[in-house]
Amino acid sequence: MSLLEIENLSIRYGAEAVVDGLSLNIERGESIGLVGESGSGKTQTALAVLGLLPETARLGGSIRIDGEEVIGASEPQLNRLRAERVAIVFQDPLQALNPYQRIGRQLRQVLIAHGLARGAAADERVLEMLTRVGLPDPDRQARAFPHQLSGGMRQRVMIASALLTSPDLLIADEPTTSLDVTVQAQILELLESLRDETALLLITHDLGIVAGTCERLAVLDAGRLVETGPTRSVFAAPESRRMAGLISVAPRLDRGSVLPPVNGDPVFEVCDASVRYRERNGGRALNAVRGLGFDVRRGETLAIVGESGSGKSSLVRAALGLAPLVAGHLRFGGETLPKSLVERPLSIRRELQLVFQDPAASLNPHMQVTTIVEEPLAIHRPDLDAGARRDAVAAMLDRVGLGQSYYARYPHELSGGQAQRVALARALVTEPSVLVCDEAVSALDGRVRQQILALMKEIQQQTGLAIVFISHDLAVVRAIAHRVLVVYLGRHVELASAANLFAKPQHPYTRALIDAVPVPDPVAGGTGTPLPGEPPSILNPPSGCAFEPRCRFAHARCAKEAPFARSVRGARVACHRADELELGRQGRVTGTGSAAQ
Amino acid sequence: MSVAGTKRRRLPNWLTTQQNVRVSAAILAAITLVAVVGPMLSPHDYLSTNFDELTRPPSLGDAHFFGTDDLGRDLFVRTMLGIRVTLMVAVVASLVSLAIGVTYGAVAGYLGGRTDAIMMRFVDALYAMPFIFFVILLMALFDRSLVLIFVAIGAVHWLDMARIVRGQTLSLKNREFVEAARLTGVPTTRIIFRHIAPNLLGVVVVYVTLTIPQAILVESFLSFLGLGIQEPQTSLGTLVDAGVPHVESAVWLLLIPATLLAVILLCFNFLGDGLKDALDARQRR
Repeated sequence: MSLLEIENLSIRYGAEAVVDGLSLNIERGESIGLVGESGSGKTQTALAVLGLLPETARLGGSIRIDGEEVIGASEPQLNRLRAERVAIVFQDPLQALNPYQRIGRQLRQVLIAHGLARGAAADERVLEMLTRVGLPDPDRQARAFPHQLSGGMRQRVMIASALLTSPDLLIADEPTTSLDVTVQAQILELLESLRDETALLLITHDLGIVAGTCERLAVLDAGRLVETGPTRSVFAAPESRRMAGLISVAPRLDRGSVLPPVNGDPVFEVCDASVRYRERNGGRALNAVRGLGFDVRRGETLAIVGESGSGKSSLVRAALGLAPLVAGHLRFGGETLPKSLVERPLSIRRELQLVFQDPAASLNPHMQVTTIVEEPLAIHRPDLDAGARRDAVAAMLDRVGLGQSYYARYPHELSGGQAQRVALARALVTEPSVLVCDEAVSALDGRVRQQILALMKEIQQQTGLAIVFISHDLAVVRAIAHRVLVVYLGRHVELASAANLFAKPQHPYTRALIDAVPVPDPVAGGTGTPLPGEPPSILNPPSGCAFEPRCRFAHARCAKEAPFARSVRGARVACHRADELELGRQGRVTGTGSAAQ
Repeated sequence: MSVAGTKRRRLPNWLTTQQNVRVSAAILAAITLVAVVGPMLSPHDYLSTNFDELTRPPSLGDAHFFGTDDLGRDLFVRTMLGIRVTLMVAVVASLVSLAIGVTYGAVAGYLGGRTDAIMMRFVDALYAMPFIFFVILLMALFDRSLVLIFVAIGAVHWLDMARIVRGQTLSLKNREFVEAARLTGVPTTRIIFRHIAPNLLGVVVVYVTLTIPQAILVESFLSFLGLGIQEPQTSLGTLVDAGVPHVESAVWLLLIPATLLAVILLCFNFLGDGLKDALDARQRR
């Protein structure tokens, strides 16, 4: 008998079936990846296993855990199953933790509620588990509140909480999606190390994650199971079109060509920019950006890469006039650009446009598609009459691939990809020369992401548009960027052509970022040890080089003196040791002087 | 994490908004219609007294459907008149507070900084004024009139509205679609009225449906103090007040206007709930 037997499971809401005829077995100690695009029924299946679906859901088929039926089980039965057999880790650890209770107390309650331990024994078990999941200084962290921990630490706490009841099956629903890439690598390593203790059902849209972590894969498409099999063979020879499609659209760092550099004069320059926010009532100053700069040329895509809190968004928002710039200057087309948005003439405002991450939030929910795209035209082209404006809007929407049937729709009637096309149309309708994309494809599924990227490239080729592309995802950046700027804690790390940066990074942080990206290929994958630690708080940055506490090449000098960006082998690198380090190929790191001194 | 069982129970059908909205709208429409048409069909009028028919109980025979009061005036016609006045006071006062409050709050919230600080301190100052004192002052300065009651009630309620709208605007103005509009150079007034205001509707409508019953209650209270509607004009509040002394001898004088007042208040509350759903952009088709 398998640990988990799902047989012909169907989940319906009214007439709509979100899961249809799904059968899947999980053996003891097995790790299995459940992959599919958003809306394919992955999470619904997981919730069904736990008996957590809302009452409006109609369930059919059978789910047995160790022979015990879940569908139709009573609440006490389900509670017992959830205590002894199955536990779940959700995507967002902040939402799953009670903000008003200390970590240790919350975990204790799990033990007490399930009658597993009490008193001093419970405290001891909690500490043991927090140590097990690699929480540094668990004694102190147990007394912390959730908001005092970083995202990665919170996810560790959630995993500890799930393991407290010694479940036979751990379900992890997109456990690393909200985490930075270097932290994601650590969490995946932790999940892998739990293999002897529990079976793992890992739900994700990211093939890179399952390729290195799971033995077996199950692929969902629109609520149907289209393929199962050992990870290696599914990747090597996918049987279903959906899986083949997922593999083909997964961006990879190790395949495909990199765009060549573009020559020409810069259209938009940002020099030595600093952004500072002040806490309310004259509290501490937060230096989000310190002396960063970039320039972008006609027809070029410059990518700005960094983890959360690296200041990449603040930098471009300040450059666009949406955030206060405390120092530095801006140039557009060779002429100085006023820092404040209101001082910029309309003729310049139309030249700088922005596309946001969340397509739903960036469109006014009370406006129809045509109204949204027409608004900038009404301001910047008063010479056009209503008919000419309508034609221009129709042409623009046609350009981004939206036909007449979309004209009268409201944003909530659009899918994520369609909404992002509308946002792109709104930004491009004034024919700008610079387009800033702030994580513009991060919220989209693989297939849609590829379409949007292709569309942006096509428009760039036809119009010579300069694109500033902000992203945390190096694999996506590699597919679109001509040059790349890496930032860390608001400071310059490395600026180089895409070809140079990916082939021979000059800064240890760039190297670590590249290594942390999971490769969607079980054969080629297998990264080394992930970068330890997490980015320090921007409120309390380290003295000297910002990366020094996590850098394994750090010298005594690095802790004292912040490095300036200088040219090393064709790149602008901010590292004291850039000359001596040879970070060329993965896994073969050499240099004079090894570990921290 | 092991999750303890948390299944949501579905509400029984009679409590779901959909149905309540339809029923409430129907009741309000019927009451309004009768209040407008009813007095025309009745042989009696609202101010002629008849000393042969003091405090008659309701009867169909002589067309005193709700009976007569202690001056022999027909209660049906007077109640309908009261409903008209009450509804008018409530709706007009709420619209006044809506217009002032939304504009004021949205402008303060969107402009922010010093403008916001000054505008909101002014609101705080008005809050500190005792309402009754303010009304008495108005009554002393001007003649008592219906208009004055609108002004008095509206002038107080827009303060709450302004605060609520300002708070919502603060969170809306950093939303991405507003930033996109700013970036393109959409004029501030257009941002406030095209991008911010429509997205405030849900909250505002809920709040207005709360102010309508409040305005009705305040009007009743003012009438009770003798500062409101003057005889022989009347409102539901005045009628209830007049009915109280007769609770033992002629209970219909209290019961009929009081019941109607309660029904109207309840209907407005349900209606607001439904309107909130209807104005939610996500449910628009």
